Amino acid sequence: MSTGILLQLAQTLLAILLAPLLMGWVNQCRAWLQGRSAPPITQPYRTLKKLFHKDAVIAHNASPLFRFAPYMIFACMALAAGLVPTIVNDLPFSPAADVIALVGIFALARVFLALAAMDIGTSFGTLGARREMLVSFLAEPALLMVFFTASLISQSTELPIIVQTLAHQEFAIYPSLAFAAVAFWMISVAENARIPVDNPSTHLELTMIHEAMILEYSARHLALIEWAVALKLFTYSALGIALFLPWGIAEQGDISALPLALVAMVAKLLLGGAVLAFIETISAKVRLFRAPEFLGTAFLLAVLGMLIHFLLEV
Amino acid sequence: MSLTYHLQIVNLLAALLLLISFAMLSQRRIAGLITLFAWQGAALAASTALVAWSTGQHHLYYSAALTLVLKVIAMPWYFFRIVKKLDVGRDVEPMINIPTTMLIGIVLVIFAFNLALPISELSGTVTRSTLGIALATVLLAFLMMITRSKAIPQVIGFLAMENGLFFAATSATYGMPLVVELGVALDVMVGVFVLSIFFFQIRETFDSLDLKHMEKLKER
Repeated sequence: MSTGILLQLAQTLLAILLAPLLMGWVNQCRAWLQGRSAPPITQPYRTLKKLFHKDAVIAHNASPLFRFAPYMIFACMALAAGLVPTIVNDLPFSPAADVIALVGIFALARVFLALAAMDIGTSFGTLGARREMLVSFLAEPALLMVFFTASLISQSTELPIIVQTLAHQEFAIYPSLAFAAVAFWMISVAENARIPVDNPSTHLELTMIHEAMILEYSARHLALIEWAVALKLFTYSALGIALFLPWGIAEQGDISALPLALVAMVAKLLLGGAVLAFIETISAKVRLFRAPEFLGTAFLLAVLGMLIHFLLEV
Repeated sequence: MSLTYHLQIVNLLAALLLLISFAMLSQRRIAGLITLFAWQGAALAASTALVAWSTGQHHLYYSAALTLVLKVIAMPWYFFRIVKKLDVGRDVEPMINIPTTMLIGIVLVIFAFNLALPISELSGTVTRSTLGIALATVLLAFLMMITRSKAIPQVIGFLAMENGLFFAATSATYGMPLVVELGVALDVMVGVFVLSIFFFQIRETFDSLDLKHMEKLKER
């Protein structure tokens, strides 16, 4: 049991520490693909360090919620990162929440971010919060549908059991998961504020969603939010890997499989980051009013996955 | 799930076929539509070849090859040429907006799956569960023909419908006799040529490939 707790702690810490690295890798790939000279892969750490050393500036009319929200958002993302099996499956912490609760944790972070954005009362914050809510209320049911497809296959909504069924039992091809994977990709793009739904590197008022919400933050608050954003990308990637490419995640109590699991994890994340950067490079950002269409397609694919499961796999 | 791996791959390709049908339904550009049509043909050829390999039905190899040559190489190439010649590669305006079309599409899929369930019970082949997907592909292609107003997307819809029927034939009965398949392939090819002559005629008469103009051709 104590090794389990140690492993749980190690995995969560690893996720928190590696998350900015994944962000740096994606940015580096993007720069390469766009023919720019790339920032070093450790750039996100430097940004975080710089931000942590600055003095925070907070508006006079900010309520305590505004100060509290970054910690809450970071805590939610760290919790989610601890729940998703990245290297070892079925850790002591994972029975605490199943996939539906996981969606709830993401929602909690989002609610706090939106509330904090509206707290100061600037028009940009409100605009960003509204747009974020528009995107997320369309993405959430689709995400749940993806999870339901995986749950139908493994007969459980617990992530360890899903991973166990997909990775460690007799290998089978599930066409429904192919649909779910495409849908999950589209949802993660929308939820992580990437192109084509949102552009993480723009401050253009007509298009920004996520950036508009965090405009008022500075210094350590901003650092925490940036870190939480990196952590969210990491958690979504880990979730996608756990659901659709789970091979390599070590079984519980199997210490000897750990190095291989670590290597597999890093390889999959590198690949995933490169693919994300590639897709971001070849696609254009869509208008905000196309976002419902984009996410509607994701929902439709997830539903199709479920239907296919009933037709082909029962 | 006690199917062998290649039949699982057939199932995966069937799902891919359906996915491509939806992609075609949501595609706004003619060039993208033609590419998707070629991919659909490729998935169809691969699944036919796999069924042939796993069941030992040799004539299915010929139909797979025929599909590959005709629907993946010849027809898309021909369509690209026509599009270039007619200069119509721009956006296609669907009659109903795309999210609504997709919603109708999913209703059609549910309908097709339900309809195919009792039929596939009667069929004795190992790939019978894909019959529902074949039916759904046919209905989705039909929907595409209804919702598009330009001539080329309509013809591509027609060809996609033929893809679906072909897939239904392989999945439910291990394909039609080779003579019939050759005949159908020839028919489709001739059909495409005749329709392309129509494209030029329509364009010459109305200066556009929008079939809405043809509604004016009424007797008073």
